[in-house]
Amino acid sequence: MKAIPLDTGREVTVFLNGKSCNAQEGESILTVALREGFDIPHYCTHEDLPIDANCRTCLVEIEGKNTVVTSCSLRATEGLRVLLDTPQVIKLRTQNMELLFGDYQSNSPRIRHGYYSRTLEEMKRFGITGEQYKRDDPRRPIHKLGSAAEFDPALCIACNKCVEACQMIGICHLRLEGRGSKTRVDFNPDPANDCIYCGQCTAHCPVEAIREQSHLEQVVEALRDEDKIVIVQSAPSIRTSIGEGFGVEPGTDLTGELVTACRMLGFDRVFDVNMGADITTMVEAEELIKRLRHKWDFQEGKRKDPPVKGPMFTSCCPGWVKFVEFYKSDFIPNLTVARSPQIHSGGAYKTWWAEKEGIDPKKIVVVSIMPCTSKKYETTFEHLKIDGMKPVDFVLTTRELISLLKTRKIDLPRLEKGEVDREGMYSGAGAIYGASGGVMESALRTAYRMLTGEDSPSIEFTSVRGFDGFKRAKIQIGTRTVSVAVVAMPKNFWPVFREIAKDQNAYDYVECMACPGGCIGGGGQPIPNTFALVKKRIQGLYGIDKNMTFRRAHDNPVVRDYFTYLDTLPAERRDALLRRGFQKKAKGE
Amino acid sequence: MPDIIVRLKEANIIGRGGAEFPAHQKWAAVRDATAKAKYVICNASEREPAVFKDFHILSHEPEKVFAGLTLAMTTVGATEGIFNLNAEYAQKLKETFSTLIAKAKGEGCAIRIFEEFPSYIGGEETALLNAIEGRRCEPRLRPPFPTEQGLYGCPTLIHNVETLYDIACVSDGTFEGKRFYSISGAVEHTGVFHLPSSLTALQVLTETGNLPEGDFFAQLGGGGSGAVFNRTQLETERVRGAGAIIVHRCDEDARGLVLSWLEFFQRESCGKCTPCREGTYQLVRLMEDSDAIPWERMTPIFDVLEKTSFCALGRSVPLPVQSYYRNVFQRQS
Repeated sequence: MKAIPLDTGREVTVFLNGKSCNAQEGESILTVALREGFDIPHYCTHEDLPIDANCRTCLVEIEGKNTVVTSCSLRATEGLRVLLDTPQVIKLRTQNMELLFGDYQSNSPRIRHGYYSRTLEEMKRFGITGEQYKRDDPRRPIHKLGSAAEFDPALCIACNKCVEACQMIGICHLRLEGRGSKTRVDFNPDPANDCIYCGQCTAHCPVEAIREQSHLEQVVEALRDEDKIVIVQSAPSIRTSIGEGFGVEPGTDLTGELVTACRMLGFDRVFDVNMGADITTMVEAEELIKRLRHKWDFQEGKRKDPPVKGPMFTSCCPGWVKFVEFYKSDFIPNLTVARSPQIHSGGAYKTWWAEKEGIDPKKIVVVSIMPCTSKKYETTFEHLKIDGMKPVDFVLTTRELISLLKTRKIDLPRLEKGEVDREGMYSGAGAIYGASGGVMESALRTAYRMLTGEDSPSIEFTSVRGFDGFKRAKIQIGTRTVSVAVVAMPKNFWPVFREIAKDQNAYDYVECMACPGGCIGGGGQPIPNTFALVKKRIQGLYGIDKNMTFRRAHDNPVVRDYFTYLDTLPAERRDALLRRGFQKKAKGE
Repeated sequence: MPDIIVRLKEANIIGRGGAEFPAHQKWAAVRDATAKAKYVICNASEREPAVFKDFHILSHEPEKVFAGLTLAMTTVGATEGIFNLNAEYAQKLKETFSTLIAKAKGEGCAIRIFEEFPSYIGGEETALLNAIEGRRCEPRLRPPFPTEQGLYGCPTLIHNVETLYDIACVSDGTFEGKRFYSISGAVEHTGVFHLPSSLTALQVLTETGNLPEGDFFAQLGGGGSGAVFNRTQLETERVRGAGAIIVHRCDEDARGLVLSWLEFFQRESCGKCTPCREGTYQLVRLMEDSDAIPWERMTPIFDVLEKTSFCALGRSVPLPVQSYYRNVFQRQS
């Protein structure tokens, strides 16, 4: 029972179908093969999660041995020779895939409705019919995770990736239950545990069994309705990731192509959530300064009424907000009341823009393209309605948009670049919202101006950037030092609360995002969603910012127009458009 | 007196849970490992049909098993011993065990009982480790092996009840190269018999007064995973694995027999890997959907079970059915 040394870091040479390949000793042969461009089916392997070796599809044969093993669990050793597609390998993997995908087409709502399915494409590529076996019946009904995601037992292959993704971010709401063919995903019954709708499970499901609650049908319906004026607005994080669905190098900015594609799909106006992000920045920076001044004045004895204890928290991530409302409701007063970007811009289009254009706002349908599932949940909040209208009507995830484009045979990367309509104009500050630290940096750029009357000497606050789940920084604004933290993933939320419990002045301002790397690693992003890909997408976002004419939210002329309009409104109406509330949430709310 | 590990090697002590792995290799690995904690686990999961020798041993000679366990603990330097009992056994053996645990404590060996939710997969040692840790009862990837990173990541020695019994016998000089046979089925005397492990299956049946008249066949090893042999083969076959002999009359309903095996595997599959989780389900479905035994349609599923299952339990699913087909069914028709 001599064990192979694990991950020694030593370089070794392995031979895949006779091709000499470099590998780290102990590295998974599947990883090496994928890196070398070999096409091997695999459903339970994700580079950020443990190796489970349960799907038994990534089979390979060790040369000369005639034994078939899973390549995910086969580790590289010097001189190892592996064959990837012998008749035996193909026969066995085909059989296992037929077992996994029995009745897949008839059980998948996406396929039934005629939309492109990534899984179906893969089945076809590997010659899987899905008709050899019937699935276990009767099955449990579809389980809804709020109004964000849903779990469909009929498609589940018990690969365990959603469970591990949920553990990885630190929520632990999912687990596998049952034995044998009854093994399926189940939900933590602990009353003190709840899903925060981040959708990381959906971004790690290889077969669309746990997925976003689709708005595709509704969007297509709205586009068909000639009476409706359908606005599309894309989140910052879409543009450098959507290309992955079309085989484009991760991190490539497809903003212009995306605009053209949206016009081809029939959207009447192409605006941008980035514009909404600039509004959020304005409102949030103003509130930050108000809170900071209160704190400073109180500390210096100029004010008697104590400020809210602890830092101001961002609130544009609905997953994070649900976390506070469910797990840490004492901190609700610390959340900024600024509305989130999509809600800001959606509201602005249904009021200010509609008035300006003389359009009946009831005819406007706002569709957001988001990297996120919790943004679907956010659109259902009653208290965000304006004049009884939802600021955003429907949300498509990046994946849903990919599916729609592929269904319509629109080859995104080959399109001409287009420009957003004027009211979608945005600054570089809005563009970086997608990366963890981006909201903070945008707010700081504007807060600096608001506090000092001047723009910051350096536009970039690089200390809040990067993929780390917990970043701390001290920011000099004029004569003052502001303590900030940027946090991603719930597992890192708890340490922040512990630090604040010890010292309520530990931080002045904290940005929290549910997903790894921020929205750019969001639950609605293309599959696979890996740390390595997220880092490349982040690079793309900062690239967009660098090339923008306006890089500060307060310099965006559209935002200026909008605030000029807001200034003409009664204070109550202005507040209704700019601010939001929060409430303690029960499990499942 | 030579070192106990050397004596285990000389006596050729192998695992009696079914895997037949040489005991001395595991002992040396755990003894030589440096770790804050080490564990020795006695596995009395025994959930394979027609295997009941562990319960027999625990009912009749529990002292001997404890002697083997404490010897293992002191030899490898274990910090804790754990007795894995399926809940049914635990109920029946509670009193004997509390006395023996107290006695072991007096000798400096801390032993506790883990009451397992009864399952076939609990016999798989890494699945058992998961169960004890409160995780889902399913096998782990190897390497690392339990002797390197077992319970709570610490070096762990896992033995079946009979193996520890044999070890105690080696230690006190009474080991005679015997094993325990669980005999059942179409026989006169169902029960557990302690006889030389060198005997052929037919000799065991003869010695125990269980040789049936007329034609018969038998499943050897375990009532789930054991291979099936015809009468002629039984003249030369020795009993392997967990030591069970299940005798069947040749006029037994073939379909019922095959279905009972497949239903057992379907029921007991832990659900981790595709061939075992989905494959055993589809096998039962194929049987239910046809009047005859659908040998041909079952073959591709048996193929993936045998060659691509995650653990030995899944890999052994085809064995009883296919050996029955080859050695008995085909010859009859």
